[in-house]
Amino acid sequence: MYKYDQYDQAMVDARVEDFRDQTRRRIEGHMTDDQFKPLRLKNGLYLQLHAYMLRIAIPYGTLNPTQMRKLAHIARTYDRGYGHFTTRQNLQFHWIKLEQAPDILAELAMVEMHCIQTSGESIRNISADHYAGAAADEIMDPRPWAETLRQMTTFHPEFSYLPRKFKICVIAAEEDRAAMRWHDFGLRIVKNDAGEVGFEVYPGGGMGRTPFIAYKARDFVPQHQIFSYLQAVLRVWNREARRDNIHKQRMKILVHELGEEEFTRQVEEEFQNILTLDTDFPQAEYERIAAYFTPPPFETGLPDAVDRSDPDFAVWLDRQTVAHKAPGYAIVNISLKPIGGVGGDITAEQMEVVADLAERYSFEELRVAHTQNLVLPHVRKQDLYAVWQALTEASLADVNLDLVTDIIACPGLDYCTLANARSLPVAEQIAKRFADLDRQLDLGELKIKISGCINACGHHHAGHIGILGVDRKGTENYQLLLGGSGAEDVAQAKITGPGFDEAGIVDAVERAIERYRELREPGERFIDTYRRVGFDSFKEAIYG
Amino acid sequence: MKILTGNDLKTGAVVWWDGGSWSLHVEDAVDAGEHADVILATETAACRVNGGYAIDAAPDADGKVRPAHIKDRIRAYGPTVRPDLSLKPADPNAGNWVI
Repeated sequence: MYKYDQYDQAMVDARVEDFRDQTRRRIEGHMTDDQFKPLRLKNGLYLQLHAYMLRIAIPYGTLNPTQMRKLAHIARTYDRGYGHFTTRQNLQFHWIKLEQAPDILAELAMVEMHCIQTSGESIRNISADHYAGAAADEIMDPRPWAETLRQMTTFHPEFSYLPRKFKICVIAAEEDRAAMRWHDFGLRIVKNDAGEVGFEVYPGGGMGRTPFIAYKARDFVPQHQIFSYLQAVLRVWNREARRDNIHKQRMKILVHELGEEEFTRQVEEEFQNILTLDTDFPQAEYERIAAYFTPPPFETGLPDAVDRSDPDFAVWLDRQTVAHKAPGYAIVNISLKPIGGVGGDITAEQMEVVADLAERYSFEELRVAHTQNLVLPHVRKQDLYAVWQALTEASLADVNLDLVTDIIACPGLDYCTLANARSLPVAEQIAKRFADLDRQLDLGELKIKISGCINACGHHHAGHIGILGVDRKGTENYQLLLGGSGAEDVAQAKITGPGFDEAGIVDAVERAIERYRELREPGERFIDTYRRVGFDSFKEAIYG
Repeated sequence: MKILTGNDLKTGAVVWWDGGSWSLHVEDAVDAGEHADVILATETAACRVNGGYAIDAAPDADGKVRPAHIKDRIRAYGPTVRPDLSLKPADPNAGNWVI
């Protein structure tokens, strides 16, 4: 993975000292909260329901064991012993003290981490396929490009005061495991007929109160021109954005209002101008960055067979591991969705277990998935049993990848000032209702996503079943949506009708799922049956 | 009744105006009445509270102060999914007060 050079380290260290001074001035009363707020947000420090919340950037979801141990140390020393992984592959601590925040940033800087690009009207933490560098189906590792774009955009003056936040995602496989088309700027690495590497470009996506799926603007942008293309997109948006209305400032709104054709025309015009300026990064710089992502030294001649004699292990093996590009290796998915627990949460002790496993069995690499789970990307198949035993010991061996209890949920009203309703208890109740593993496996892939407000951090627009919490005259109310997807079969979910209370929404979800069970044909997932049968049948099941 | 709440500047902890200072316990909150704006302005300027605001509240069945909106009751209690982190971790029924 990428290693800081002296410039990176100097920038991050200087940023820490800036923030230390800003914090001191705020605490001593030399700054008002209005003056201090934009400064703390640029360092990922929010004020949430119970305390300050620190959001730590995990670029493209990649961590090493040293970083994970540092997060464990911070959880134990400065927070309440746990952290929460988010749908942008970041980590949040929810019980931070302002007076200790600069010390935490200094601790993070020691392990090449920071909180830059986790808030504000900036290019946010760039996300990527969490199987990057390991997936059997990828054209190449997308992370060198994610890192290159991160470096080219961080602190870039033209991108520091954008109309609103801007989210980029990079993938390199046909299967979309990163909700790429729900981003402002989605990139899929492809090869053209000549075998050259480039990008399919998808601008204009996003969730929130006005969801749009990104459209394909280009079949192919040569790889060495991608920064110029990104600049062109951002310039058109910067120039044309509705800065008078916060709800209309995201780029997706501009794309919608101009129309895809006109937006593309303006971008292409700008792109051609920018190309004449030769502002793309040098190939040598890309190669310097890419060298950090050289594949680990995979052993050859390893056995592919795995001893399945332990039935509990076999169930976990079948669900939680997926194909790796190297023979004899597997990708291990670590569920952070225990039945009765809080999805995405992980204790300091569990962080240390995972760090140890990554160190011992996965070439010192870890990944965070946008689904709020963790990944050991490179595990020898002959080590899977030992890994499973260690995960079991740490209560991290739940079996539910992409099943009904693998629920994405935002922190909701339990933690978030923006939320209107709680997400986590609803996720917990649904998980308990479907706790029986045989039932989960029988239902197959079924993605439930829950947001506590219209900002959609829980990706409810992209759920096979989505749930949106709203405030109805001071009480929590939950709307049910059906038919969304964040994968390559991307779709926006549709609201079914009147909302439910907390108990009612769990029953409604079960009725929708039972309708699927009644109508499914062999091999059909929930979303397949929904698409074949249509909305009305499911609505009738839900409301009678 | 109108009660005042905000966050402690240094720690971020949820606090409630008890008539003379800021308490961690909503039970200590007092009716600020028509003085709410003045108290908030004074306390904010002195950096004794951050993001302060007035909310509606009423006595519950036991006569204790209960904020009208669930968001403020969660602020007063803690995350409902982690009763062990609430201000009353030993009381298994404390979370019922929120809902």
